[in-house]
Amino acid sequence: MPITLRALPCMSSPLLALSQLTKSFGGARALRGVNFELQAGEVHALLGENGAGKSTLIKIVTGAHQPDGGTITVAGQIVAGLTPAAAHALGIACIYQQPALFPDLTVAENIALRLEPGSALRRVDWPARRTRAHDLLARIGASIAPTAEVRTLSMPEQQLVEIACALGAGARIVIMDEPTASLTHKEQHLLYAVVRDLRAHGVGVIYISHRLEEIFMLADRVTVLRDGQSVGTHPVDGLTETALIRLMVGREMTQIYPPAESVPGETLLTVRDVGCAASGVKHVSFDVRAGEIFGLGGLVGAGRTELARVLFGLTPADSGEITLAGRRLTLRSPQEAIAHGIAYVPEDRRRHGVVLDLPIAHNVTMALHRHLFPTSWLRFGAERSLALEFIRDLAVKCAGPAAPVGSLSGGNQQKVSLARWLATKPRLLILDEPTQGVDVGAKGEIHRIIRRLAREGLAVILISSDLPEVLGMSDRIGVMAGGTLTAILPGHSDAPTVMAAALGSTEKGAA
Amino acid sequence: MKTYFRELSVAAALVVVLLALAVFAPAFYQPQPLLSLLTREAPTLVVACGMALVIISRQIDISVGAQFSVCSVCAGLLAARGWPIYLVLPASAACGAFLGALNGALVAGLRLPSIVVTLATMVTLRQGLNLVRQGEFVNLPDGVQWLGLGQTAGQWLIVLTALGFLVAFGLGLRHLAAGRFVYAVGSDAEAARLAGLRPQLATFLVFVLLGALTGLAAMMNVAQSPQVQPLSGSGLELKVIAAVVVGGVAISGGRGNLWGAFAGLLLLACVAPALTHLHVEAYWEKAIQGAIILLAVVADGLRSRKGGHR
Repeated sequence: MPITLRALPCMSSPLLALSQLTKSFGGARALRGVNFELQAGEVHALLGENGAGKSTLIKIVTGAHQPDGGTITVAGQIVAGLTPAAAHALGIACIYQQPALFPDLTVAENIALRLEPGSALRRVDWPARRTRAHDLLARIGASIAPTAEVRTLSMPEQQLVEIACALGAGARIVIMDEPTASLTHKEQHLLYAVVRDLRAHGVGVIYISHRLEEIFMLADRVTVLRDGQSVGTHPVDGLTETALIRLMVGREMTQIYPPAESVPGETLLTVRDVGCAASGVKHVSFDVRAGEIFGLGGLVGAGRTELARVLFGLTPADSGEITLAGRRLTLRSPQEAIAHGIAYVPEDRRRHGVVLDLPIAHNVTMALHRHLFPTSWLRFGAERSLALEFIRDLAVKCAGPAAPVGSLSGGNQQKVSLARWLATKPRLLILDEPTQGVDVGAKGEIHRIIRRLAREGLAVILISSDLPEVLGMSDRIGVMAGGTLTAILPGHSDAPTVMAAALGSTEKGAA
Repeated sequence: MKTYFRELSVAAALVVVLLALAVFAPAFYQPQPLLSLLTREAPTLVVACGMALVIISRQIDISVGAQFSVCSVCAGLLAARGWPIYLVLPASAACGAFLGALNGALVAGLRLPSIVVTLATMVTLRQGLNLVRQGEFVNLPDGVQWLGLGQTAGQWLIVLTALGFLVAFGLGLRHLAAGRFVYAVGSDAEAARLAGLRPQLATFLVFVLLGALTGLAAMMNVAQSPQVQPLSGSGLELKVIAAVVVGGVAISGGRGNLWGAFAGLLLLACVAPALTHLHVEAYWEKAIQGAIILLAVVADGLRSRKGGHR
């Protein structure tokens, strides 16, 4: 790709420079050498897939995390041991997608909380508070009453209050993390104007967004992160959308996934025009066949988990039809879904996939008490042997069936969560981020287990934000964006195609 | 062994107290006063069985004292009207179950915090009872005290019934699927829901069960005297919750059992007679009970910080 770096106006030193930043969490390397540079009066977009390291990078710049290696330079000064307070003092501010304001306090009070240092017993100058809030809001062209309580404000108004706080604190570096994700079209344009205004005032803006159109409209330069590394900084002018997508997914698929060998059978699940207003799922249609792995790709927040929750009866569908093995189902509760042979291994297993305090054996039998113990009297022997069977079958590393699940590693907890549902002998298995936070070895094991289950005739819906995983594991891939299924692609699709589907319709949704 | 360390340490403390009493105050072991002590504690034990379930499922009910008073008065009035004892007993339990269902419906149905709901029902029931009865005692007809059996036989019946409930609920909690659900809901209600259990239903039912047990306990108390005192249940909630917590039931839910709660109850119940027999002023009773509760809570706090899962 012949992309030349645009000559930048000569400046003494960049506002912010990150050099060779590294950061690991446990065994997982979140950042493995990131270089990044922000000039004053620049909007610099930061782009990357889910898990590329964007959030970690922000957390390091705002002082929430300490890097393991590399240097941070702010306006020519190397800063070490950055804390949130130090970052604040250096003029670094972050506007999150969900503003972190106090809903029961007024706008003026919220701004004052961030900006007024000093004793807790000092006298409060209320008129000055209100005047300052008014001035700061006026500077970004926001017509918000300083006396309004924050919970009465809309999401974009709250973001504007955050920006006012940042300005009031004299922020020179403003980080915006997906600021437009929850905004309407009109509100987005309001925000763009504020971003341009900040730039005109010499503020450096780090702009994170999945919406490519925004990046082309707003940003001066873009830095792409991939697998915790910066793969290049380019002026936006010379770039095309295709080139940008290719930079994001970049890598060649290596053959680490077990080969697809199952021959899908009869159609098991038919979903037709299903929607659920409460969770934002709309007009979803697809089929899954027995023995097939149907991957669900898309960006975080695209509605994949919400769709899974509809299929499991947690948030029942209010329109459309769901048919399983020829029978039309109305799924109003998890109990009904389980009775029909649907199993759902939820994401975030640490919180809800397993009960950490209870032993492995209790967790394994939790969803099938009615079958295993028809008289309700627990048979500990039967429970134990069932748990042992799964411990052996899925190679769960543990002290025994009586060990609490909380004592296991992430991968092994996930296997217990999986065992619970396999024990119910389901026909349809929905896996939500089954390998999130799992180490590489266990990840491979879980992949082989999923393959084996499909070979045994189970229909599998695999939700994953790990694009290579979706590509490597799926027989077919459904891509979601904005609560609906935007494309169904064959399993041998390449990453740019899937990414374009996931991003492309975000643009459509924004328009 | 490690799993039940908490229960075993309470039991060990109880054994130490009982041994100390055997050495320094053998008078404690006279059969009749001992039987009286157990009879007095029997209603508390029955309520504690239900309270343990509620606390294990990560809820709390501080209205049991008020429920107890209401059930006692109702039972007394029915008995005074000439209802036979075999009808008064279920009526008292039903009255308790109804009051428990009220709490349960508010907590599980509307998902309100149980501490606030039961605080409100506690005050309402207590003041309502005062308003209606004006503190009047109910005189019971013959044949209600000691269930018409004579004192010793009546005492034995009450103590054995309470122990029967303890054993039944203790075994049920461990050996019935329903008991397992209580632990699962208390540990992680959302995980339980995703596993196809019904946390709200379980929460409702434990409140109903606690109410019914409170009604039965009230009857066991009514049967111990010739008249019903309208304030008989005041302070019961604290006594019961203290016993359960000292016995190792985690106030944060999901952990504990009835054997521990039983040991905790006996430990706290032994304080007063031990002081009497050791000729220590009775004023120390509450202070020592308070110290025991504090010790238990601190021990739990340290333990969960050390062995907790992130």
